[in-house]
Amino acid sequence: MTDKTLTYSSKKEWLLTDTPASAFQAAAGRTYLGLLEFIKNRLAVVGLLIIVALVSIAIFAPFIAPFDPLLTNLSQRLLPLSSAHFFGTDEVGRDIFSRVVWGSRLTLYVIGLVAIIAAPVGIIVGTASGYFGGFIDTVLMRITDSFLAFPKLILALAFVAALGPGIENAIIAIAITSWPPYARIARGETITIRNSDFIRAIRLQGAGPIRIIIGHVMPLCLSSLIVRVTLDMAGIIITAAGLGFLGLGAQPPSPEWGAMTSSGRAYILDHWWLITMPGMAIFIVSLAFNLLGDGLREVLDPKSDH
Amino acid sequence: MAPLSRFKKTSAKTLKLFLMVAVTFLGLLLITFLIGRVVPIDPVLAVVGDKASQEVYDRARIAMGLDLPLWKQFFIYLGSVLRGNFGTSVLTAKPVLEDILRVFPATMELAFFATLFGIFVGIPLGVISAVKRGGFLDHISRVVGLLGYSLPIFWLALLALMIFYAKLDWLPGPGRIDIFYEGIVSPVTGFLLVDSVLAGEWEIFRNAFYHLIMPATLLGYFSMAYISRMTRSFMIEQLRQEYILTARVKGVAEWKVIWGHAFGNCAIPLITVVALSFGSLLEGSVLTETIFAWPGLGLYLTNSLLNADMNAVLGSTIVVGSIFLGVNIFSDFLYKVFDPRAR
Repeated sequence: MTDKTLTYSSKKEWLLTDTPASAFQAAAGRTYLGLLEFIKNRLAVVGLLIIVALVSIAIFAPFIAPFDPLLTNLSQRLLPLSSAHFFGTDEVGRDIFSRVVWGSRLTLYVIGLVAIIAAPVGIIVGTASGYFGGFIDTVLMRITDSFLAFPKLILALAFVAALGPGIENAIIAIAITSWPPYARIARGETITIRNSDFIRAIRLQGAGPIRIIIGHVMPLCLSSLIVRVTLDMAGIIITAAGLGFLGLGAQPPSPEWGAMTSSGRAYILDHWWLITMPGMAIFIVSLAFNLLGDGLREVLDPKSDH
Repeated sequence: MAPLSRFKKTSAKTLKLFLMVAVTFLGLLLITFLIGRVVPIDPVLAVVGDKASQEVYDRARIAMGLDLPLWKQFFIYLGSVLRGNFGTSVLTAKPVLEDILRVFPATMELAFFATLFGIFVGIPLGVISAVKRGGFLDHISRVVGLLGYSLPIFWLALLALMIFYAKLDWLPGPGRIDIFYEGIVSPVTGFLLVDSVLAGEWEIFRNAFYHLIMPATLLGYFSMAYISRMTRSFMIEQLRQEYILTARVKGVAEWKVIWGHAFGNCAIPLITVVALSFGSLLEGSVLTETIFAWPGLGLYLTNSLLNADMNAVLGSTIVVGSIFLGVNIFSDFLYKVFDPRAR
């Protein structure tokens, strides 16, 4: 190995070589090039930084928030912005800044769970549909189409109406409405992969369909799925906030941003900060996911135009 | 290709499309049916009350058809939905379909003006951004698009109310019309703008129009963002083609190259885009109507949701789903018929 490391004069050259010696070196080189491409997109980096900040705020919420997000204090109600209350106080004297900080946990909880539920369902349905084709494909795609026949929010509303309001039910409802586009994407990718020579070679070696799908097709679908899921995050945040706003998502007094905006509605005439601050949080976070998603798309999925 | 075989091929295609649509529609109804079955509230108990004896309970259960196997229940449900029977609303004590027909024109009025805004602002913005790529308007259109995907509509609506109604008082507040005008015009078509003209009440027309401006613009903003982005990418695609170069070399005026040659070829896909954005307006109208107290389908849906009026919720869901599906099929069809490349 010593002579090999000697042939590369620098780490950079090792990464950028045309003739990688190992799969690891090839992967590292590709990642490096992708990173270079990603960093060029300033806005995407800004998006990433905002999301990193969101995650940190959520983790360290108890240390960042100066007040208890649920502590009411009627002598301190509807105070404007000040050095004690950065974002003012709400109609029962709770510190809005502390509530927004704690709300970041709920937001992450929602998008995390939706992604964990919806993405695997989408990829399983899509790859199975694309790989097997025929009758299975027809059935699975008609089911997918039936779900796509509803606007997302409307279907989520109907599910929440049936399951009952609450943040868990909102998550289930959003996940149920989120998987069909992922299935479509995974199916499209699978159809192009299915007929390639390396899949034929694996099949001739005797690998069964499940092994091929999990081991060889799914990994190749991942990059376009990651892009789509990231871009969807913004929509998920907005839908979850919309459900909260309508009183069907997280229930009061939990500091969910949509529910906070809703309870501030009554004070809109003289106390602008009640609706402005939590709404701003929703906007900034979904903007960040859109910027990051656009950046990832340029790196991972250069074919698609935008 | 011989005309006959071509006809055969087309009709086979049409049949296949029709079958696909029928199956998707059936799936749509199956989803709403299943949603209706997962409700944790016992529908029998809701009718007979929890003090009823076992005998009464059982009789009601059989009368409601809930003892039948699920697939039989689905066929009964299918039969009544296809006859336009969505059941009775608990809230208004009227048939759900009647309620929906009454509130629907208000939503259509809103969606129509929102789409107009989307088209008349979005298309020129998209075309100019494509022609002057990297220019000032291109950046604006990029920001507009990004905001369209990132702004929660309910928040934007509240901010707009706060600024243009509460602070500046330029535009009227929530509602379709000022309270003292309400009920003067008899609802002939249900479209307030049309009805007021029919009645010759110009003052009411003006008032209703002012009320429409804010919600329609807000709702239309999201269509506009989508339409302008799509117009831009279609136009960039066209402007790259060689026939554009040929036209320019021949000395055709630049505005004619852009609006005649290039834009002419974007028109069909753009109709598809407009149709799709119209479908998503139905989604945005739920929150917009709730905030602006706009008595349309969205507000009806929200009110039914908050009162656990499942018949009304599922009825509205089916109506919105069917419109959405119809719009999708229509745009698909249009694309296939008018765009020779898609054949």
